[in-house]
Formats: sequence, structure tokens, C-alpha cells
Amino acid sequence: MELLNPNAIGGLLAQAVPRWPGFPLHPVRASTIAEGVDDLHFFLTAITLFFTFIIFTVIFYFMVRYRRRSADEQPPETITNMALELTWTLVPTALCVVVFVWSSSLYFQNSRAPNASMEIFVIGKQWMWHLQHPEGVREIDELHVPVGVPVKLTMTSQDVIHDFYVPAFRVKKDVLPGRYTSIWFQATRTGRFHFFCTQYCGTGHAVMIGWVYVMTPDDYAAWLAGGTRGETMTQAGERLFHQYGCVTCHVAEGSGRGPSLVGQFGKPQKLRDGETLLVDEAFLRRAITQPNSMPIPNYAPVMPSFQGQLSEEQILQLIAYVKSLAQEERKGTGQ
Amino acid sequence: MSAAVAEAPAATRVHYLNADYGVKSWLLTTDHKRIALLYLGTITLMFFVGGTMAVIMRMHLIDPAGALVQPATYNKLFTMHGIIMIFFFLIPSIPAVLGNFLVPMMIGARDLAFPRINLLSWYIFIVGASLALYSLVAGGVDTGWTFYTPYSSTYSNTHVIPMALGVFIAGFTSILTGLNFIVTIHKMRAPGLTWFRMPLFLWAMYATSLIMILGTPVVAITIFLVGLERLLRVGIFDPALGGDPLLFQHLFWFYSHPAVYIMILPGMGVVSELVTCFSRKKIFGYSFVAFSSMAIAVISFLVWGHHMFVSGQSIYAGLIFSLLSFLVGIPYAIKVFNWTATLHQGSISYEAPMLYALGFIGLFTMGGLTGLFLASLATDVHLNGTYFIVAHFHYIMVGGAVMAYMGGIHFWWPKITGRLYPDLWARLAAAIIFIGFNLTFFPQFMLGYLGMPRRYATYPAEFQVLNVMSSAGATILGIGYLIPLVYLFWSMRYGPIAPPNPWRAKGLEWQTPSPPPTQNFDVTPVVTEEAYSYGPPEAAREAAHG
Repeated sequence: MELLNPNAIGGLLAQAVPRWPGFPLHPVRASTIAEGVDDLHFFLTAITLFFTFIIFTVIFYFMVRYRRRSADEQPPETITNMALELTWTLVPTALCVVVFVWSSSLYFQNSRAPNASMEIFVIGKQWMWHLQHPEGVREIDELHVPVGVPVKLTMTSQDVIHDFYVPAFRVKKDVLPGRYTSIWFQATRTGRFHFFCTQYCGTGHAVMIGWVYVMTPDDYAAWLAGGTRGETMTQAGERLFHQYGCVTCHVAEGSGRGPSLVGQFGKPQKLRDGETLLVDEAFLRRAITQPNSMPIPNYAPVMPSFQGQLSEEQILQLIAYVKSLAQEERKGTGQ
Repeated sequence: MSAAVAEAPAATRVHYLNADYGVKSWLLTTDHKRIALLYLGTITLMFFVGGTMAVIMRMHLIDPAGALVQPATYNKLFTMHGIIMIFFFLIPSIPAVLGNFLVPMMIGARDLAFPRINLLSWYIFIVGASLALYSLVAGGVDTGWTFYTPYSSTYSNTHVIPMALGVFIAGFTSILTGLNFIVTIHKMRAPGLTWFRMPLFLWAMYATSLIMILGTPVVAITIFLVGLERLLRVGIFDPALGGDPLLFQHLFWFYSHPAVYIMILPGMGVVSELVTCFSRKKIFGYSFVAFSSMAIAVISFLVWGHHMFVSGQSIYAGLIFSLLSFLVGIPYAIKVFNWTATLHQGSISYEAPMLYALGFIGLFTMGGLTGLFLASLATDVHLNGTYFIVAHFHYIMVGGAVMAYMGGIHFWWPKITGRLYPDLWARLAAAIIFIGFNLTFFPQFMLGYLGMPRRYATYPAEFQVLNVMSSAGATILGIGYLIPLVYLFWSMRYGPIAPPNPWRAKGLEWQTPSPPPTQNFDVTPVVTEEAYSYGPPEAAREAAHG
């Protein structure tokens, strides 16, 4: 029975592929989702080879068998064959449905980041990647992560559209200005893996590449401790919260001109027009940059826009701070 | 067939080529056949301009650090290659050249419904192409042929405006040509030529025309909006101005995905003509092939989102687009199977057009099947934006559309020019193109699976071996395209005189002399049988049916 396990087929095929230095035929596999994607890829390759082989063989056979032998040869009349037409319509349709269901369920599974993910913020700009750990360590074109821990990247761009792609992890997502996208992965082996920008972004597009370093948890902890660390994301956010005067209206007790932000993150918020939105990163970003586009009941729309005054990085720090307020509240009620 | 074939030799007979002489007689012509030749000259020039850029790019990529040009130049090369090949070669290729020449001839008409509009669309095309070439000479554009915002509308400091204007203007050529074909096919068919007696090339042109007139206005407006945002800073796509960058992608692909079918459907029409003629058989499953063209035209408008699976669009939207993208593959499979079945028990000969047609079926099959990897969400996440995409669409557009175009040009060349070309050279060129093509693009599937992103002027060294293979193939492919240029030019003057019907093909265009007289037919033909009646002579068949 084990041979029928689709996961085993992919594994066998992967082992059967020769590995020549300098001429790899198969990309390195280093995340929990890579194997599932590869199995589907191998299945599709098998379908492709099968149908290509069938069609090429039949055509070659006909080419030889029915080659013109004399100029006035008279072939028999073409007959229509409904059964044949239905067969070659329905069989590919059925195959497509199988692949669709398989692929879509895999995709949905791969789209959802586990709740306990370690969160890293990514800012793309022409032509470098700026990555920030929650502990405050910043990296450029390099990302250090521990093996075996789910990592979620929350990404935005400072200018044009970029795309963050780690072939070894089989993950990719566009990085857009003005909004957040995210991907997640859980590395399965230590090592150094390329990441690329795969959305054309101008002159330096091809140099907008870097390395993910996957380390053992101990090495990662040591690396984190050894780095030049400033404030954490939350601390920086708290500083900005005071510096830009947010605190004067968003008083924690809820008595200010704006709503209290304690415990807000991750909860639904009703807007004046009746729409209800989840308070997530995108919500907070919009609340900071275009507050008048989302008036909240019981509060006058007096908040100024901070568009252009705060960098993408500072907005992310503020979001990290607001998030931490939610966690503080949860801790408080739990005790 | 009632139309008698004139037997006078082409040299003494008056036909559309020698009816009038001089530049003016060409530039002011309203004869669809002459306009087809005007297009042929124009797009051949564009093909070799775009092809030269491809060769420079492939030579550059021999070295991971880039062998020839600066990254900024490389970016301009792939941008201009894409824009020229898509908007100024592939989209007009079969419709504007072969369609223009053949639609009236195949339906037994004297000309298209609107001959002056037909000439106007060529002039519009020339204006568009001139702007594109101006933009090239002025310094080029580096946005990618996809013009993604906000890069194109805000950040690029290259000549985006003239190029966008060129593409915008050239769009009207498509709209007017599509309109012309639809009206012509509806209103001007010869007596007896019912819809289901039409050659499949006409069905394909009809489906293509529908996409042209429904889709092209959308891309024209989208490109116009990019220009508006760039020039006047109106916030449409750039979030810094309050716009939405994904809106551009939705609008752009709403046209540009159907545009793929504008490029490939006519090719399928050509292949249906070639396969039947050179196997001397009626097409297997006529109505399935005809309706699959129409099905493709309809579904093609509902699959644009599969270009955006990793763009940040909703994953639920991705689900719908994935399912529809799988569905649009089915009509293609039907066509491939029907062409193959047509060969069964045929009397198959292998002149150059047939070699191109068989090459088309093979390469198109591979191009179509690799499309499944990209319709499927989980694998597309890995392959999107890599060389796998580049390989896939070149299998469809070059292995498919260009092979069919070459096959069609070789098939109807004796009709168009009244001359025969050297068949041995033509077969040789077809074989070289097939080999060169596969060597160029097959390694790119592997590069994409390994993770090499497209549009990279430099790349990590582990991708070099496959890149060198691809570049070697491009050299062979380039030579393959130059050979026909030489012998086809040669044949126009020195080729043997072509008989009216050198391939013993069915279809009204073969019932008139080569080259045809200006009015196409001396007597309006009357159609009494279905398309591709290559079977036993009518008398025998009628006897058999009692």
C-alpha cells in the first residue's frame, strides 16, 4: 500500500533524478510545504509526458503508415465518431478536475499561517530588501530564521511592486506599495537559500536578491543576541506613539478624543457606514494614513492623516505596538 | 465547383499584382490582397527588429554577470522585444496578412465589406508602429511589455509615453480589422456557403475578431490611463496618489489574456486547413473544432486572474480563475485530438507547410500541457514569474502561433505571389526552426522549475549551463528564420510560375488563378459541398448514398 501513497511517488522520483554539480535538475527542498508542491508538480509532469508521448507516437505512426504512396491515392471518407469525441473531451476534463481539487486544497492549506508564527516585517524598495525581526534586529538582503519554526513575513513596498520568492521553500508573493501581503514558511533543514525579487521593478531588479539563513534554534538565539540590537519593534512603536502625539487622543482608558487601542487588534470594528472590518495590519495602516476614509461611530473624524510623515518602517513599528497592547489586555484578563 | 480556372500564364494575364504599378497604386489601394502585402512587409520588418533584440538578450545571458549590455539596456531589450513581438507582430500576423488576403477569397467575395476602412487600419498601424520605433530610437522603454504600475506610471524614467501611445493607436487596427471580418463573414458569403460549410480558418477568424473588438478597447483605455497618471499625476494606479496598483493588472489582463487567443486561434485555423489538405481528408469532427474556437473566445474573457495568483488578489478569486483556466484548456485538447484523428487513413505528404503544421501540433501540445502547471494554484506559486512562464508562452506563441503563420505563408505563397519557392530549402528551414526552437525554450522550463526569475539581466551561476544551452538554440532558431526570408524573396522573382492549385487543395481561393485577378473571381462561385471534401469524387459518394 505504501507505494500508492502519492507522497512516496514524489520522493522516489526526486531520488531518481541525478544530481550533477553545476547542472541541477531539481530545486533544493527546505520547507514543510515543498514536498506537497513537488508531488503535484511530478504528477503534472507525468500527465504532460504521458499525453505528449501518446500524441507524438500516434502522429508518427500515422505519418509512416499513411504516407502518400501514389499521387492519385484516394483515402476513405472521414467518419465522425461521437463516442471518440466524448472520450477525449471528458477524460481531460476529469483529469483537470482532479488536479484542480488537489492543487486548490494544497494551496489553501499553504496559504494559512499557523497562529504561533514568528513574525518578520519585510519592506521592499528599489533595489534592496529590508527585513526586521520583532526583537529589533534589522537585516538587509539577508534573513536569519530558526529551523522548524513557522515564520510569517508581513510585507510591503516603499515604491513599486516587488515580489518575495524563496525557491527552496516554494513560496512567493507580490510585495505591493500601500498594502500588506504575507507569506509563511517553516524551514525543514539548516543552510543558505536564495531569495529573489520576481516582479520586475526597474534597473536593479536582478540584484534585488539575498539569502535566507536557516539556523538551529540555538544558533539563532546566539545570532540574535550577538546582533547590534536597538529598540524592539514594540519599543520603537511606543516611542513613535508618544512622539507623534497619538497618545493624546488614544488614551488607554478610552476617555480621549479617539478610541482606546488597548485590546483592539484582531477584533471586528464597526464603521459609521455599517461596514464591519477586522482590525488587522491593513486596517491599522489605513487608519494611520487615511483616517477619514473610515470614520468610527461615536468619535468625531478629527484625526489628521499621517501619510508621508511616517515611513513604511515606522508604520510597521506602530502596528507592532498596537498589537502588543492587545496582548497586554489578554494577559490582564487571563490573570 | 462551377468556377472555371483561367489557364492563361501569369505573365500575360492581368492580376492584382500587375494591374497597376507605382508606389501610389500601393499606398492608395483598397484591394484586400494588396493591403495584406502591405501588412506582410510591415510586420516582417517588426519581426526581425524584435528578433534581433531576442538574439542580443540570449547572447548577453551566456555569462551570469551579463556578457554584452548594461542591466538598464537589457531591461529595455526585453521590454521592446515583448511589445514589438506581441502588439506589432503576433496580434496582426495571421489576421492582418493571411486573414486579409483569404477571408474574402475563402467566402467567394470580391473584397472585404469595408475596403477603405481596411486601408485606414493599415495606416493606423503604421502610425502606431512608427511611435513604437521612435520610442526605441529615442532611448527605449524599460517597463516590461506588461506596463505594470506604479513602475510605468511613476518610477520609470524612459520613453513610456510614445510607446504607450503607439500601443494605444495600434489597438484601433485590431478593432477595425475585427469589425471588417465579422461584417464580411456575416454578409458576403457566396451562394451556398452556409456557416457549416465554411473552412475552419474562417471560424477561427470570426472567433478572433470577436475577441479583438470586445477586448482591445479595454487595453487601449488602460494604457491611456497609465499615460494620464504619468503626465497629469491623476491618481488611478499609484497608491501614493490614492490609486490601486492591482486595478491596472485586472484591466490589463482582461484584454491581454484574451490577446493570447487572438494570437493562437488564427494559427489553429491555419493548421486545420493544412492538415486536411496534406492528408487529403475531411477534418475529423468539424463541428467540434468550430465550436471549440467559439468556446475559447467566450471563456478567454473569464480567466485573466490566473496571471495574478501571487499578486495579492483574494485566494477565493484565485480558486474561480484556476477552475476556469483548466476549463479553457479542454477545447484545445479537443482540437489537438481532432487534428491527429484527421491523419488516420489519410494520404499524407510532407511538403513544407505540412511540416510546419505537424511542428505546430507537437509544440502546441507541450505548450498547452505545461499551462496546466500554471492554472494549478499550488504549483503556480512556485513557477509564477520564473523562466517556466517564459518557456510556456513561447511554446504557445512561437511554437504555436509563429509555426502556424510560417506554415500558412508557405501554403498560400503560390496563391499570393504566383510563384513557387524551393520546397527542399523550405523543409530544411522548418526542421531547423523546430530543432532550434526546442533547444532554446525547453531548457527554460527547467530553469523556471529550479527557480530562476524572468527579466533578470544577471543571474546566480548555478543557472548558467541551461542558459548557455538556450542561447545556443537561439542561434539555430535565428538562422532558421533567416533562410525563408532569403528564398521567399528569391522566389518572388525567380521562382517557377505557380499553377492555380499546386496542392490540389479544396477551398474557393484555389478555384481562381494564381495570383488572383483584382476582383478575385471572374464569376461568383457557387458552393455545393462541405469544406474539405477531399473524399471520393462526388458522383461516387452520391452513388454510395443511393
